[in-house]
Amino acid sequence: MNAKGTVFKYGDNVDTDVIIPARYLNSSDPAELATHCMEDIDKEFVNKVQKGDIIVATKNFGCGSSREHAPIAIKAAGVSCVIAETFARIFYRNSINIGLPIIECKEAAQGIEAGEQVEVDFNSGMIYNRTKGTEFKGQAFPEFMQKIIAAEGLVNYINNK
Amino acid sequence: MGMTMTQKILAAHAGLEKVEAGQLIEAELDLVLGNDITSPVAIKEMEKMKVDGVFDKDKIALVPDHFVPNKDIKSAEHCMCVRKFAQKNEITNYFEVGQMGIEHALLPEKGLTVAGDVIIGADSHTCTYGALGAFSTGVGSTDMAAGMATGKAWFKVPGAIKFNLIGKLNQWVSGKDVILHIIGMIGVDGALYKSMEFVGEGIKSLSMDDRFTIANMAIEAGGKNGIFPVDELAEAYIKEHSKKTYTIYEADEDAVYEEEYTIDLSTLRPTIAFPHLPENTKTIDEIKDEVKIDQVVIGSCTNGRIDDLRTAAEVLKGRTVAKGMRCIIIPATQAIYMQAMEEGLLKIFIEAGAVVSTPTCGPCLGGYMGILADGERCVSTTNRNFVGRMGHVNSEIYLASPAVAAASAVTGKISSPEQL
Repeated sequence: MNAKGTVFKYGDNVDTDVIIPARYLNSSDPAELATHCMEDIDKEFVNKVQKGDIIVATKNFGCGSSREHAPIAIKAAGVSCVIAETFARIFYRNSINIGLPIIECKEAAQGIEAGEQVEVDFNSGMIYNRTKGTEFKGQAFPEFMQKIIAAEGLVNYINNK
Repeated sequence: MGMTMTQKILAAHAGLEKVEAGQLIEAELDLVLGNDITSPVAIKEMEKMKVDGVFDKDKIALVPDHFVPNKDIKSAEHCMCVRKFAQKNEITNYFEVGQMGIEHALLPEKGLTVAGDVIIGADSHTCTYGALGAFSTGVGSTDMAAGMATGKAWFKVPGAIKFNLIGKLNQWVSGKDVILHIIGMIGVDGALYKSMEFVGEGIKSLSMDDRFTIANMAIEAGGKNGIFPVDELAEAYIKEHSKKTYTIYEADEDAVYEEEYTIDLSTLRPTIAFPHLPENTKTIDEIKDEVKIDQVVIGSCTNGRIDDLRTAAEVLKGRTVAKGMRCIIIPATQAIYMQAMEEGLLKIFIEAGAVVSTPTCGPCLGGYMGILADGERCVSTTNRNFVGRMGHVNSEIYLASPAVAAASAVTGKISSPEQL
Protein backbone atom coordinates (compact mmCIF):
# COMPACT_ATOMS: atom_id res chain seq x y z
CA MET A 1 0.00 0.00 0.00
CA ASN A 2 1.22 3.45 -0.94
CA ALA A 3 0.20 7.06 -0.59
CA LYS A 4 1.38 9.76 -2.97
CA GLY A 5 0.53 13.43 -3.17
CA THR A 6 1.31 17.08 -2.59
CA VAL A 7 2.10 18.22 0.94
CA PHE A 8 0.18 20.63 3.15
CA LYS A 9 2.49 21.62 6.00
CA TYR A 10 1.50 22.73 9.51
CA GLY A 11 3.28 23.38 12.81
CA ASP A 12 2.99 22.17 16.41
CA ASN A 13 -0.22 21.38 18.31
CA VAL A 14 -2.72 21.43 15.44
CA ASP A 15 -5.85 20.84 17.52
CA THR A 16 -9.10 19.14 16.60
CA ASP A 17 -10.96 22.46 16.92
CA VAL A 18 -9.08 23.88 13.95
CA ILE A 19 -9.24 20.58 12.04
CA ILE A 20 -13.03 20.63 12.31
CA PRO A 21 -14.56 23.49 14.34
CA ALA A 22 -17.30 22.43 16.77
CA ARG A 23 -19.78 24.75 15.08
CA TYR A 24 -19.99 22.10 12.36
CA LEU A 25 -20.37 19.15 14.72
CA ASN A 26 -24.13 19.25 14.40
CA SER A 27 -23.37 17.09 11.36
CA SER A 28 -21.68 13.70 11.26
CA ASP A 29 -21.76 13.39 7.46
CA PRO A 30 -18.16 12.85 6.22
CA ALA A 31 -18.70 14.77 2.96
CA GLU A 32 -20.15 17.78 4.80
CA LEU A 33 -17.41 17.71 7.45
CA ALA A 34 -14.80 17.61 4.67
CA THR A 35 -16.00 20.96 3.31
CA HIS A 36 -14.90 22.62 6.59
CA CYS A 37 -11.69 20.67 7.14
CA MET A 38 -8.81 22.82 8.49
CA GLU A 39 -11.02 25.91 8.07
CA ASP A 40 -9.76 27.80 11.14
CA ILE A 41 -6.06 27.24 10.41
CA ASP A 42 -6.00 27.26 6.60
CA LYS A 43 -9.02 28.64 4.76
CA GLU A 44 -7.58 27.63 1.37
CA PHE A 45 -7.09 23.97 2.31
CA VAL A 46 -10.47 22.73 1.09
CA ASN A 47 -10.10 24.61 -2.20
CA LYS A 48 -6.62 23.31 -2.90
CA VAL A 49 -6.62 19.74 -1.59
CA GLN A 50 -6.55 16.98 -4.21
CA LYS A 51 -7.29 13.33 -3.69
CA GLY A 52 -4.16 11.62 -2.38
CA ASP A 53 -2.54 14.72 -0.85
CA ILE A 54 -0.55 14.43 2.35
CA ILE A 55 -0.56 16.48 5.55
CA VAL A 56 2.77 16.96 7.31
CA ALA A 57 2.96 18.59 10.76
CA THR A 58 5.35 18.78 13.68
CA LYS A 59 4.49 17.97 17.34
CA ASN A 60 1.23 16.79 18.94
CA PHE A 61 -0.99 16.77 15.84
CA GLY A 62 -4.69 16.30 16.68
CA CYS A 63 -4.58 17.44 20.30
CA GLY A 64 -7.74 18.40 22.14
CA SER A 65 -11.18 16.92 21.76
CA SER A 66 -11.92 13.24 21.10
CA ARG A 67 -14.09 14.05 18.08
CA GLU A 68 -13.65 11.32 15.50
CA HIS A 69 -15.05 13.92 13.11
CA ALA A 70 -11.47 15.28 12.86
CA PRO A 71 -9.80 12.30 11.15
CA ILE A 72 -13.09 11.63 9.31
CA ALA A 73 -12.99 15.16 7.84
CA ILE A 74 -9.34 14.79 6.82
CA LYS A 75 -9.96 11.42 5.18
CA ALA A 76 -13.13 12.57 3.44
CA ALA A 77 -11.26 15.64 2.11
CA GLY A 78 -9.10 13.17 0.18
CA VAL A 79 -5.95 13.14 2.30
CA SER A 80 -4.12 9.83 1.95
CA CYS A 81 -1.73 10.08 4.90
CA VAL A 82 -0.75 12.33 7.81
CA ILE A 83 2.89 12.47 8.86
CA ALA A 84 3.86 14.16 12.14
CA GLU A 85 6.61 14.18 14.75
CA THR A 86 4.02 13.05 17.30
CA PHE A 87 0.25 12.66 17.46
CA ALA A 88 -2.13 13.25 20.37
CA ARG A 89 -3.20 9.83 21.57
CA ILE A 90 -6.97 9.94 20.98
CA PHE A 91 -6.44 11.27 17.45
CA TYR A 92 -3.96 8.47 16.78
CA ARG A 93 -6.42 5.81 17.90
CA ASN A 94 -9.30 7.38 16.01
CA SER A 95 -7.29 7.60 12.78
CA ILE A 96 -6.40 3.92 12.84
CA ASN A 97 -9.98 3.01 13.75
CA ILE A 98 -11.44 4.85 10.76
CA GLY A 99 -8.67 3.78 8.39
CA LEU A 100 -6.73 7.03 7.96
CA PRO A 101 -3.03 6.17 7.66
CA ILE A 102 -0.80 8.18 10.00
CA ILE A 103 2.93 7.92 10.57
CA GLU A 104 5.17 9.34 13.27
CA CYS A 105 8.54 10.42 11.89
CA LYS A 106 10.41 13.41 13.28
CA GLU A 107 12.96 13.62 10.47
CA ALA A 108 10.29 13.57 7.76
CA ALA A 109 8.17 16.12 9.62
CA GLN A 110 11.16 18.44 9.70
CA GLY A 111 12.51 17.62 6.24
CA ILE A 112 9.36 18.10 4.17
CA GLU A 113 7.88 21.45 3.18
CA ALA A 114 4.55 22.61 1.79
CA GLY A 115 3.96 21.89 -1.87
CA GLU A 116 6.52 19.10 -2.13
CA GLN A 117 5.68 15.73 -3.68
CA VAL A 118 5.85 12.91 -1.16
CA GLU A 119 5.32 9.17 -1.40
CA VAL A 120 4.80 6.82 1.54
CA ASP A 121 5.20 3.05 1.48
CA PHE A 122 3.10 1.65 4.33
CA ASN A 123 4.71 -1.79 4.16
CA SER A 124 8.21 -0.52 4.81
CA GLY A 125 7.40 2.76 6.57
CA MET A 126 9.62 4.57 4.04
CA ILE A 127 8.77 8.17 3.24
CA TYR A 128 10.18 9.60 -0.02
CA ASN A 129 10.39 13.31 -0.72
CA ARG A 130 10.25 13.16 -4.55
CA THR A 131 10.78 16.91 -4.89
CA LYS A 132 14.05 16.99 -2.97
CA GLY A 133 15.07 13.39 -3.59
CA THR A 134 15.41 12.65 0.13
CA GLU A 135 14.03 9.72 2.09
CA PHE A 136 13.10 8.98 5.68
CA LYS A 137 12.43 5.84 7.66
CA GLY A 138 9.13 6.04 9.53
CA GLN A 139 7.59 3.32 11.62
CA ALA A 140 6.14 0.54 9.45
CA PHE A 141 2.51 -0.30 10.19
CA PRO A 142 2.10 -3.63 11.97
CA GLU A 143 0.15 -6.14 9.86
CA PHE A 144 -3.09 -5.77 11.82
CA MET A 145 -3.05 -1.99 11.40
CA GLN A 146 -2.49 -2.39 7.64
CA LYS A 147 -5.48 -4.70 7.55
CA ILE A 148 -7.62 -2.18 9.44
CA ILE A 149 -6.60 0.55 6.99
CA ALA A 150 -7.21 -1.73 3.98
CA ALA A 151 -10.66 -2.56 5.37
CA GLU A 152 -11.36 1.20 5.70
CA GLY A 153 -11.60 0.99 9.48
CA LEU A 154 -11.96 -1.15 12.59
CA VAL A 155 -15.64 -1.98 12.11
CA ASN A 156 -15.18 -3.56 8.68
CA TYR A 157 -12.05 -5.26 9.91
CA ILE A 158 -13.95 -6.86 12.80
CA ASN A 159 -16.79 -7.85 10.48
CA ASN A 160 -14.38 -9.37 7.96
CA LYS A 161 -12.70 -11.53 10.58
CA MET B 1 9.59 -3.72 39.54
CA GLY B 2 6.22 -2.53 40.85
CA MET B 3 3.15 -1.07 39.20
CA THR B 4 1.57 2.36 39.35
CA MET B 5 -2.05 2.77 40.45
CA THR B 6 -3.15 3.01 36.80
CA GLN B 7 -1.20 -0.11 35.86
CA LYS B 8 -2.74 -2.08 38.74
CA ILE B 9 -6.28 -1.21 37.69
CA LEU B 10 -5.53 -2.13 34.08
CA ALA B 11 -3.87 -5.42 35.07
CA ALA B 12 -6.87 -6.41 37.18
CA HIS B 13 -9.28 -5.68 34.32
CA ALA B 14 -7.15 -7.61 31.85
CA GLY B 15 -7.01 -10.65 34.14
CA LEU B 16 -3.26 -10.29 34.49
CA GLU B 17 -1.03 -10.44 37.57
CA LYS B 18 1.25 -7.82 36.19
CA VAL B 19 1.52 -5.35 33.33
CA GLU B 20 4.23 -2.93 32.33
CA ALA B 21 4.40 0.29 30.32
CA GLY B 22 4.07 -0.30 26.59
CA GLN B 23 2.27 -3.64 26.90
CA LEU B 24 -0.86 -4.07 24.77
CA ILE B 25 -3.80 -5.46 26.74
CA GLU B 26 -7.51 -6.04 26.35
CA ALA B 27 -9.47 -4.87 29.38
CA GLU B 28 -13.02 -5.39 30.62
CA LEU B 29 -14.98 -2.13 30.81
CA ASP B 30 -17.12 -1.01 33.75
CA LEU B 31 -18.69 1.90 31.89
CA VAL B 32 -18.87 3.22 28.31
CA LEU B 33 -19.92 6.84 27.88
CA GLY B 34 -21.04 9.01 24.99
CA ASN B 35 -22.65 12.41 24.37
CA ASP B 36 -24.83 13.94 21.67
CA ILE B 37 -21.84 14.77 19.41
CA THR B 38 -19.94 11.49 19.59
CA SER B 39 -22.72 8.93 20.15
CA PRO B 40 -24.48 9.34 16.78
CA VAL B 41 -21.22 8.44 15.00
CA ALA B 42 -20.73 5.49 17.38
CA ILE B 43 -24.32 4.30 16.89
CA LYS B 44 -23.87 4.38 13.12
CA GLU B 45 -20.65 2.35 13.46
CA MET B 46 -22.24 -0.12 15.87
CA GLU B 47 -25.12 -0.69 13.47
CA LYS B 48 -22.55 -1.82 10.88
CA MET B 49 -21.18 -4.40 13.29
CA LYS B 50 -22.66 -7.85 13.25
CA VAL B 51 -23.84 -7.75 16.87
CA ASP B 52 -27.26 -8.14 18.46
CA GLY B 53 -27.14 -5.24 20.86
CA VAL B 54 -25.13 -3.70 23.65
CA PHE B 55 -22.98 -5.80 26.01
CA ASP B 56 -24.72 -4.57 29.16
CA LYS B 57 -27.52 -2.00 29.25
CA ASP B 58 -26.52 -0.95 32.79
CA LYS B 59 -22.90 -0.19 31.86
CA ILE B 60 -23.51 2.40 29.15
CA ALA B 61 -24.18 6.06 29.88
CA LEU B 62 -25.61 8.33 27.20
CA VAL B 63 -25.67 12.00 28.08
CA PRO B 64 -26.83 14.57 25.55
CA ASP B 65 -25.10 17.66 26.94
CA HIS B 66 -23.13 19.48 24.25
CA PHE B 67 -25.80 21.07 22.09
CA VAL B 68 -28.83 20.61 24.37
CA PRO B 69 -31.46 21.85 24.85
CA ASN B 70 -31.27 21.35 21.07
CA LYS B 71 -29.61 24.37 19.51
CA ASP B 72 -30.77 23.73 15.94
CA ILE B 73 -32.45 21.14 13.74
CA LYS B 74 -29.32 19.11 13.06
CA SER B 75 -28.52 18.94 16.78
CA ALA B 76 -32.09 17.91 17.47
CA GLU B 77 -31.67 15.07 15.01
CA HIS B 78 -28.45 13.93 16.66
CA CYS B 79 -30.22 13.92 20.03
CA MET B 80 -33.13 11.99 18.54
CA CYS B 81 -30.71 9.39 17.22
CA VAL B 82 -29.25 8.93 20.72
CA ARG B 83 -32.70 8.88 22.36
CA LYS B 84 -34.02 6.21 19.97
CA PHE B 85 -30.92 4.07 20.43
CA ALA B 86 -31.30 4.35 24.21
CA GLN B 87 -34.95 3.33 24.01
CA LYS B 88 -34.33 0.44 21.63
CA ASN B 89 -31.49 -0.95 23.74
CA GLU B 90 -33.18 -0.13 27.06
CA ILE B 91 -30.14 1.83 28.23
CA THR B 92 -30.57 2.39 31.97
CA ASN B 93 -28.41 5.47 32.18
CA TYR B 94 -29.75 7.73 29.47
CA PHE B 95 -30.24 11.24 30.80
CA GLU B 96 -32.82 13.41 29.08
CA VAL B 97 -32.91 17.21 29.31
CA GLY B 98 -34.34 17.89 32.75
CA GLN B 99 -32.35 15.09 34.36
CA MET B 100 -29.09 15.58 32.54
CA GLY B 101 -26.01 17.55 33.37
CA ILE B 102 -22.59 17.96 31.86
CA GLU B 103 -21.47 14.33 31.61
CA HIS B 104 -18.31 14.50 33.73
CA ALA B 105 -20.07 16.30 36.56
CA LEU B 106 -23.17 14.13 36.25
CA LEU B 107 -21.77 10.59 36.25
CA PRO B 108 -19.86 10.82 39.57
CA GLU B 109 -22.88 12.53 41.12
CA LYS B 110 -25.11 9.66 39.92
CA GLY B 111 -22.68 7.15 41.42
CA LEU B 112 -21.79 5.59 38.06
CA THR B 113 -18.04 6.07 38.41
CA VAL B 114 -16.26 4.57 41.40
CA ALA B 115 -12.74 3.70 42.53
CA GLY B 116 -11.07 0.87 40.64
CA ASP B 117 -13.31 1.13 37.55
CA VAL B 118 -12.08 1.08 33.97
CA ILE B 119 -14.11 3.62 32.01
CA ILE B 120 -13.94 4.79 28.40
CA GLY B 121 -15.90 7.72 27.09
CA ALA B 122 -16.22 9.26 23.67
CA ASP B 123 -15.28 12.61 25.12
CA SER B 124 -11.73 13.68 25.85
CA HIS B 125 -12.52 14.87 29.38
CA THR B 126 -13.53 11.37 30.47
CA CYS B 127 -10.26 11.44 32.42
CA THR B 128 -12.17 13.38 35.14
CA TYR B 129 -13.09 10.21 37.08
CA GLY B 130 -9.47 9.66 38.04
CA ALA B 131 -10.34 11.95 40.97
CA LEU B 132 -12.20 8.96 42.42
CA GLY B 133 -9.37 6.50 41.84
CA ALA B 134 -10.75 5.07 38.59
CA PHE B 135 -8.88 4.55 35.32
CA SER B 136 -10.83 6.57 32.81
CA THR B 137 -9.83 7.86 29.42
CA GLY B 138 -11.25 9.54 26.36
CA VAL B 139 -11.65 7.65 23.10
CA GLY B 140 -13.36 8.24 19.78
CA SER B 141 -16.70 7.08 18.48
CA THR B 142 -15.49 3.82 16.91
CA ASP B 143 -13.90 2.74 20.19
CA MET B 144 -17.14 3.68 21.93
CA ALA B 145 -19.07 1.53 19.44
CA ALA B 146 -16.76 -1.44 19.96
CA GLY B 147 -16.98 -0.88 23.74
CA MET B 148 -20.78 -0.81 23.70
CA ALA B 149 -20.86 -3.97 21.59
CA THR B 150 -18.22 -6.03 23.36
CA GLY B 151 -17.63 -4.51 26.82
CA LYS B 152 -13.92 -4.52 26.08
CA ALA B 153 -11.25 -2.18 24.78
CA TRP B 154 -7.59 -2.54 23.93
CA PHE B 155 -5.06 -0.30 25.64
CA LYS B 156 -1.36 0.31 25.54
CA VAL B 157 -0.38 0.34 29.22
CA PRO B 158 0.87 3.88 29.89
CA GLY B 159 4.09 4.91 31.55
CA ALA B 160 3.63 7.42 34.34
CA ILE B 161 4.57 10.85 35.63
CA LYS B 162 4.36 11.40 39.38
CA PHE B 163 3.20 14.73 40.78
CA ASN B 164 3.98 14.93 44.47
CA LEU B 165 1.75 17.62 45.96
CA ILE B 166 2.82 19.15 49.28
CA GLY B 167 1.60 22.10 51.33
CA LYS B 168 -1.79 23.75 51.18
CA LEU B 169 -3.49 26.15 48.76
CA ASN B 170 -3.93 29.77 49.79
CA GLN B 171 -7.20 31.67 49.61
CA TRP B 172 -8.46 32.26 46.03
CA VAL B 173 -6.17 29.54 44.69
CA SER B 174 -7.89 26.35 43.55
CA GLY B 175 -7.56 23.04 41.71
CA LYS B 176 -7.77 24.97 38.43
CA ASP B 177 -4.64 26.91 39.32
CA VAL B 178 -2.87 23.66 40.22
CA ILE B 179 -3.58 22.03 36.85
CA LEU B 180 -2.90 25.20 34.84
CA HIS B 181 0.41 25.51 36.68
CA ILE B 182 1.27 21.91 35.80
CA ILE B 183 0.31 22.31 32.12
CA GLY B 184 2.35 25.51 31.98
CA MET B 185 5.28 23.60 33.43
CA ILE B 186 5.22 20.45 31.26
CA GLY B 187 3.40 21.71 28.14
CA VAL B 188 0.38 20.52 26.18
CA ASP B 189 2.20 17.34 25.18
CA GLY B 190 4.20 16.98 28.41
CA ALA B 191 2.29 13.86 29.46
CA LEU B 192 1.61 12.51 25.96
CA TYR B 193 0.45 8.85 26.15
CA LYS B 194 1.22 8.80 29.91
CA SER B 195 -0.73 8.61 33.14
CA MET B 196 -0.50 11.55 35.52
CA GLU B 197 -0.37 10.15 39.05
CA PHE B 198 -1.09 12.72 41.76
CA VAL B 199 0.23 11.80 45.21
CA GLY B 200 1.41 13.42 48.44
CA GLU B 201 0.08 14.91 51.65
CA GLY B 202 -1.03 18.05 49.82
CA ILE B 203 -3.96 16.11 48.36
CA LYS B 204 -5.63 16.02 51.77
CA SER B 205 -6.40 19.72 51.56
CA LEU B 206 -7.93 19.46 48.09
CA SER B 207 -11.73 19.20 47.93
CA MET B 208 -13.31 16.59 45.66
CA ASP B 209 -14.30 19.38 43.29
CA ASP B 210 -10.67 20.54 43.13
CA ARG B 211 -9.59 16.99 42.33
CA PHE B 212 -12.22 16.61 39.59
CA THR B 213 -10.92 19.82 38.00
CA ILE B 214 -7.31 18.62 38.14
CA ALA B 215 -8.03 15.14 36.71
CA ASN B 216 -10.34 16.69 34.10
CA MET B 217 -7.53 18.65 32.47
CA ALA B 218 -4.97 15.80 32.34
CA ILE B 219 -5.85 15.58 28.62
CA GLU B 220 -4.72 19.20 28.20
CA ALA B 221 -1.20 17.99 28.99
CA GLY B 222 -1.67 15.15 26.50
CA GLY B 223 -2.17 12.61 29.31
CA LYS B 224 -3.99 9.34 28.89
CA ASN B 225 -5.46 9.72 32.35
CA GLY B 226 -4.99 11.54 35.63
CA ILE B 227 -5.49 9.68 38.87
CA PHE B 228 -5.65 10.32 42.62
CA PRO B 229 -5.23 7.88 45.51
CA VAL B 230 -8.50 7.05 47.29
CA ASP B 231 -8.45 8.72 50.71
CA GLU B 232 -11.20 9.15 53.30
CA LEU B 233 -12.71 12.10 51.46
CA ALA B 234 -12.93 10.21 48.15
CA GLU B 235 -14.38 7.16 49.88
CA ALA B 236 -16.98 9.28 51.63
CA TYR B 237 -17.93 10.82 48.26
CA ILE B 238 -18.32 7.38 46.66
CA LYS B 239 -20.41 6.07 49.57
CA GLU B 240 -22.64 9.11 49.49
CA HIS B 241 -23.33 8.87 45.76
CA SER B 242 -23.06 5.21 44.79
CA LYS B 243 -24.23 1.75 45.66
CA LYS B 244 -21.67 0.16 43.34
CA THR B 245 -18.91 -1.93 44.87
CA TYR B 246 -15.57 -0.26 44.53
CA THR B 247 -11.97 -1.38 44.82
CA ILE B 248 -9.12 0.71 46.12
CA TYR B 249 -5.83 0.21 44.32
CA GLU B 250 -2.56 1.61 45.61
CA ALA B 251 0.64 2.10 43.70
CA ASP B 252 3.50 -0.23 44.64
CA GLU B 253 6.33 1.41 46.52
CA ASP B 254 8.71 0.44 43.74
CA ALA B 255 6.40 1.56 40.93
CA VAL B 256 8.26 3.06 37.99
CA TYR B 257 7.76 6.72 37.08
CA GLU B 258 9.38 8.23 34.01
CA GLU B 259 9.41 11.67 35.60
CA GLU B 260 8.68 13.11 39.04
CA TYR B 261 7.72 16.62 40.09
CA THR B 262 7.12 18.09 43.52
CA ILE B 263 4.67 20.97 43.73
CA ASP B 264 4.29 23.06 46.88
CA LEU B 265 0.65 24.12 46.76
CA SER B 266 1.30 27.01 49.13
CA THR B 267 3.50 28.69 46.50
CA LEU B 268 0.86 28.68 43.75
CA ARG B 269 -0.86 31.86 42.65
CA PRO B 270 -4.01 32.45 40.61
CA THR B 271 -2.94 31.27 37.16
CA ILE B 272 -4.28 32.19 33.74
CA ALA B 273 -3.67 30.47 30.39
CA PHE B 274 -3.32 33.02 27.60
CA PRO B 275 -4.40 32.39 23.99
CA HIS B 276 -4.14 30.02 22.20
CA LEU B 277 -2.79 27.10 24.23
CA PRO B 278 -3.45 25.93 27.80
CA GLU B 279 0.34 25.90 28.35
CA ASN B 280 0.67 29.67 27.87
CA THR B 281 0.27 30.34 31.55
CA LYS B 282 1.01 33.42 33.63
CA THR B 283 0.30 34.03 37.28
CA ILE B 284 -1.85 37.03 38.08
CA ASP B 285 1.30 38.80 39.31
CA GLU B 286 3.04 38.30 35.98
CA ILE B 287 0.34 40.12 34.02
CA LYS B 288 1.77 43.61 33.64
CA ASP B 289 -0.44 45.06 30.90
CA GLU B 290 -4.17 45.37 31.43
CA VAL B 291 -6.16 42.71 29.53
CA LYS B 292 -9.64 44.08 28.84
CA ILE B 293 -12.35 41.50 28.27
CA ASP B 294 -15.87 41.28 26.86
CA GLN B 295 -17.26 38.12 28.41
CA VAL B 296 -16.87 35.72 31.31
CA VAL B 297 -18.03 32.11 31.34
CA ILE B 298 -18.20 30.18 34.61
CA GLY B 299 -19.15 26.55 34.12
CA SER B 300 -18.23 23.41 32.09
CA CYS B 301 -17.06 19.91 33.06
CA THR B 302 -13.95 21.59 34.43
CA ASN B 303 -15.47 24.21 36.75
CA GLY B 304 -19.26 24.03 36.93
CA ARG B 305 -19.50 22.29 40.31
CA ILE B 306 -20.89 23.63 43.57
CA ASP B 307 -17.52 24.70 45.00
CA ASP B 308 -16.93 26.68 41.83
CA LEU B 309 -20.29 28.42 42.08
CA ARG B 310 -19.79 29.16 45.77
CA THR B 311 -16.45 30.79 45.01
CA ALA B 312 -17.97 32.83 42.18
CA ALA B 313 -20.82 33.92 44.46
CA GLU B 314 -18.43 34.92 47.22
CA VAL B 315 -16.72 37.25 44.76
CA LEU B 316 -19.88 38.55 43.08
CA LYS B 317 -21.91 39.10 46.26
CA GLY B 318 -22.82 42.77 46.56
CA ARG B 319 -20.92 43.60 43.38
CA THR B 320 -22.02 44.00 39.78
CA VAL B 321 -20.78 42.83 36.44
CA ALA B 322 -18.86 45.66 34.73
CA LYS B 323 -20.77 47.79 32.23
CA GLY B 324 -20.73 46.29 28.75
CA MET B 325 -19.58 42.88 30.02
CA ARG B 326 -21.51 39.61 29.73
CA CYS B 327 -21.14 37.08 32.54
CA ILE B 328 -22.61 33.64 31.81
CA ILE B 329 -22.85 31.13 34.65
CA ILE B 330 -23.74 27.51 33.96
CA PRO B 331 -24.26 25.05 36.83
CA ALA B 332 -23.04 21.69 35.52
CA THR B 333 -25.96 19.53 36.64
CA GLN B 334 -29.57 19.87 37.75
CA ALA B 335 -28.58 18.89 41.30
CA ILE B 336 -25.88 21.57 41.39
CA TYR B 337 -28.37 24.06 39.95
CA MET B 338 -30.85 23.18 42.71
CA GLN B 339 -28.23 23.37 45.42
CA ALA B 340 -27.05 26.75 44.13
CA MET B 341 -30.65 27.92 44.26
CA GLU B 342 -31.16 26.69 47.81
CA GLU B 343 -27.93 28.31 48.96
CA GLY B 344 -29.00 31.62 47.41
CA LEU B 345 -26.14 31.65 44.91
CA LEU B 346 -28.38 32.13 41.86
CA LYS B 347 -29.87 35.23 43.44
CA ILE B 348 -26.40 36.66 43.97
CA PHE B 349 -25.53 35.96 40.31
CA ILE B 350 -28.68 37.49 38.92
CA GLU B 351 -28.46 40.54 41.19
CA ALA B 352 -24.89 41.03 40.00
CA GLY B 353 -26.11 41.10 36.41
CA ALA B 354 -24.96 37.65 35.34
CA VAL B 355 -27.11 35.21 33.37
CA VAL B 356 -27.66 31.70 34.70
CA SER B 357 -28.22 28.89 32.22
CA THR B 358 -29.50 25.35 32.34
CA PRO B 359 -26.64 22.78 32.18
CA THR B 360 -24.92 22.62 28.77
CA CYS B 361 -21.40 22.42 27.35
CA GLY B 362 -22.56 25.09 24.84
CA PRO B 363 -20.07 27.97 24.98
CA CYS B 364 -16.98 25.91 25.93
CA LEU B 365 -16.69 24.48 22.43
CA GLY B 366 -18.27 27.37 20.56
CA GLY B 367 -21.58 25.59 20.20
CA TYR B 368 -23.99 28.22 21.48
CA MET B 369 -24.86 30.20 24.65
CA GLY B 370 -21.97 32.63 24.47
CA ILE B 371 -20.23 32.69 21.09
CA LEU B 372 -17.51 35.32 20.65
CA ALA B 373 -17.36 37.88 17.84
CA ASP B 374 -14.30 39.03 15.89
CA GLY B 375 -11.68 40.33 18.31
CA GLU B 376 -13.64 39.64 21.50
CA ARG B 377 -11.94 38.33 24.63
CA CYS B 378 -13.36 35.95 27.20
CA VAL B 379 -12.14 34.83 30.60
CA SER B 380 -13.47 31.31 30.92
CA THR B 381 -13.31 28.56 33.52
CA THR B 382 -13.41 26.01 30.69
CA ASN B 383 -10.50 23.87 29.51
CA ARG B 384 -9.33 24.91 26.03
CA ASN B 385 -8.33 28.22 24.50
CA PHE B 386 -7.51 27.05 20.98
CA VAL B 387 -8.00 29.31 17.96
CA GLY B 388 -11.72 29.70 17.27
CA ARG B 389 -12.73 27.38 20.11
CA MET B 390 -15.45 29.73 21.39
CA GLY B 391 -16.37 31.48 18.20
CA HIS B 392 -14.62 33.77 15.72
CA VAL B 393 -11.05 32.79 14.77
CA ASN B 394 -9.89 36.22 15.93
CA SER B 395 -11.49 35.91 19.36
CA GLU B 396 -9.39 35.11 22.43
CA ILE B 397 -9.94 32.86 25.44
CA TYR B 398 -8.15 33.22 28.77
CA LEU B 399 -8.54 30.11 30.95
CA ALA B 400 -8.83 30.74 34.66
CA SER B 401 -10.39 29.68 37.95
CA PRO B 402 -13.92 30.67 39.02
CA ALA B 403 -12.40 33.18 41.46
CA VAL B 404 -10.44 34.96 38.73
CA ALA B 405 -13.34 34.72 36.27
CA ALA B 406 -15.79 36.26 38.74
CA ALA B 407 -13.37 39.03 39.72
CA SER B 408 -12.72 39.76 36.03
CA ALA B 409 -16.46 40.02 35.43
CA VAL B 410 -16.59 42.79 38.04
CA THR B 411 -13.64 44.79 36.72
CA GLY B 412 -13.94 44.08 32.98
CA LYS B 413 -10.28 43.06 32.82
CA ILE B 414 -8.31 40.06 34.03
CA SER B 415 -8.26 40.40 37.82
CA SER B 416 -8.05 38.34 40.98
CA PRO B 417 -10.41 38.78 43.94
CA GLU B 418 -7.49 40.27 45.91
CA GLN B 419 -7.51 43.20 43.51
CA LEU B 420 -11.16 44.13 44.09
